[in-house]
Amino acid sequence: MKVGERGVIEDISLEHIPLSLLEMGCLPGEYVELLQRAPLHDPLYIRVNGSHIAIRKETASQILISKV
Amino acid sequence: MPDRKAIKVALVGNPNTGKTSLFNQLTGLNQKVGNYPGITVDKKVGRAQISDQVFASIVDLPGTYSINPTTIDENIVLQTLLDKRHDDFPDVIIVVADIENIKRNLLLYSQIKDLKIPTILAINMADQIHRKGIEIDLDLLKMELKSEVVLISARKNIGIEKLKQAILKYKSLGTSSLAHISQKIDEAYFKEIRSKFPDISLYKIWLYITQMDHYNDLDKEQTLIIDEYKKDKVKIKKYQHKETIFRYQQINEILKKTYKVNKASATDLRTRLDKVLTHKIFGYLIFAIILMLIFQSIFDWASIPMDFIDAVFADLSTLVKSTLPEGQLTNLISEGIVPGIGGIVIFIPQIAILFLFVAILEETGYMSRVVFLMDKIMRRFGMSGKSVVPLISGTACAIPAVMAARNISGWKERLITILVVPFVTCSARLPVYAIIIALIIPQERVLGIFSLQGLTLLGLYLLGFGMAMISGYILHKVLKVQGKSFFLIEMPDYKLPSLKNVFYTVVEKTKAFVFGAGKIILAISIILWFLASNGPAAFDEAEQVFENQNDLVLGEPSNKEAALASYKLEHSYIGVMGKAIEPAIKPLGYDWKIGIALISSFAAREVFVGSLATIYSVGDDDEENTTIKKRMAAEINQETGLKLFNVPVGMSLLVFYAFAMQCISTLAIVKRETNSWKWPVIQLIGMGLIAYVASFFTYTLLI
Repeated sequence: MKVGERGVIEDISLEHIPLSLLEMGCLPGEYVELLQRAPLHDPLYIRVNGSHIAIRKETASQILISKV
Repeated sequence: MPDRKAIKVALVGNPNTGKTSLFNQLTGLNQKVGNYPGITVDKKVGRAQISDQVFASIVDLPGTYSINPTTIDENIVLQTLLDKRHDDFPDVIIVVADIENIKRNLLLYSQIKDLKIPTILAINMADQIHRKGIEIDLDLLKMELKSEVVLISARKNIGIEKLKQAILKYKSLGTSSLAHISQKIDEAYFKEIRSKFPDISLYKIWLYITQMDHYNDLDKEQTLIIDEYKKDKVKIKKYQHKETIFRYQQINEILKKTYKVNKASATDLRTRLDKVLTHKIFGYLIFAIILMLIFQSIFDWASIPMDFIDAVFADLSTLVKSTLPEGQLTNLISEGIVPGIGGIVIFIPQIAILFLFVAILEETGYMSRVVFLMDKIMRRFGMSGKSVVPLISGTACAIPAVMAARNISGWKERLITILVVPFVTCSARLPVYAIIIALIIPQERVLGIFSLQGLTLLGLYLLGFGMAMISGYILHKVLKVQGKSFFLIEMPDYKLPSLKNVFYTVVEKTKAFVFGAGKIILAISIILWFLASNGPAAFDEAEQVFENQNDLVLGEPSNKEAALASYKLEHSYIGVMGKAIEPAIKPLGYDWKIGIALISSFAAREVFVGSLATIYSVGDDDEENTTIKKRMAAEINQETGLKLFNVPVGMSLLVFYAFAMQCISTLAIVKRETNSWKWPVIQLIGMGLIAYVASFFTYTLLI
């Protein structure tokens, strides 16, 4: 995914994702937009379901999205 | 201040919603910061006048995104709201939401509502409602949320009266639950639980199963049942996820009917600022400039009030001595208590300035960007981007810094941050550095602009910071700690800091430092004074022995008195202790007087200067040598005949103070935060060894 692109969350690997990420609004069916990468390419700055959050790549890799 | 008649109100809300602004608006200066029993989470309680006769006691609970806690601070929210016998168990809860992030805020509301406590939703920043193109159907929202909803703007003092009215009528608010989660997740499972606990609300039991370790209102048998349910961890996690998904579905439906945003501008302030502040070059550059500004102000601006405070306390000490009748009590006040208090007060300017910067950076939303920028780099050293805040706070004091590490959710990253933070040069080291640098480094300029003394100080800061990073790296490789690290941070909207909030934060944190660490420092100053002015048998006979020995040597009475005082000090308890450790510290270049200062500063570093002051003011009555600096400069090593504070000794001392763990208050906090003696002990010994070895090499190489 490139900066500025959007996608829809298809599936979340529940065992590897803490509840707090879901509680921030990161849920299946929601749109995600990659707003920015940190200068060293990690973490990622995303907008999902109205929340602006930053997560690490390893966490992001547990979220399956399809591009729109 | 729990008031029987007052309505008990609890403020709950996401971070960055203006919850604290609302608290400040409601209570004004009638607030008090205390601690929750057993843990050092700041507990803010205040009194608010609700109507002519009615007061409310308002507790500002730590900010949280959910009732399911991930940090100790968040845990407080759950504990307060679940336990009916808790001192702060509220009559009514106000959930503070931010108009822009209302969806996420409503998740918390939805959870809170299920606790069956009267709950009011206060939607903050309502003054921006038109600017952001938001439309809201308040009446319908009230109906859908089954409670009172008030639009407020805490900063602009809008809607506060309405909120007070709602608090006044809290008894009429419904306590029915919003989301009937059990039916959607697994009806049979929850029915079974309900049948086992018919008297307690189902959601509460569910929280017991998912979150708590001990339950105040359950008997032994019930506890066993809960523990049984807890065993199926996979199922619980799955159901928690389902619960969250369901709650969001419900919220989405409610908002579809009641809330509309007409998005006009996509490239808003946030996007533009983010581009610059997290830029791969400018981002770091701006951060570096801000850091330099902070340090500059800590040294430069703070030195004016600090010099003033120093002078005032020196005068006060002299004044006490000259006005009160001579005696032990006068000595205790002028030589023990007054310098002791002065030793605490002198830190206030620096600490306040540092907290001021941290508060502004956090209020504006910039701190999250720093965390974002630094995360990858910090991870190499076993820490997280969130470790930046503790490391910066560490330049004021390690105590708030260790507590700030709570926001780091990964245990290993948090532990490493806690362990290395005391290497960062805290303000307690500054007076020690300042006096030694003034003694050994000439007042020269390098390249015509940089002062050599200033550069030395900068070097010491880099030394401390470098050591923190190196030890972080080593700990990262060595420590085998269980637990996955997880990183998640909200990037809040940029906003201008509210002066009021910044002011309250600075006052509150400075107060906490003064009364927390201050107590120990004062106590030690008094003990020190006692140890220096009393001693074993030889001390009491001092005068007699002295009279016989030195009758012929010293003619002048003033010399005689000074010599007697110094003889007394040498034979006081503290002199005996200093002499006892002399063999151990000789390789580092120190004598027994420095030994005394070292012993006393194992309680807190800044005591070094204070105890030297005590030692020299007790040991030397020469009128001309009034400041400690002059006295120290005049001190001659009796063996070598050279100045005691020469370059090798001074450098060795600087290095020792840079690395050694000399702060009982920090050790106590580390013990509390890590919940074991293991880590503070490792810290004490590890840092002590590093300090000893490094000072030894410094001294040996320089001499």
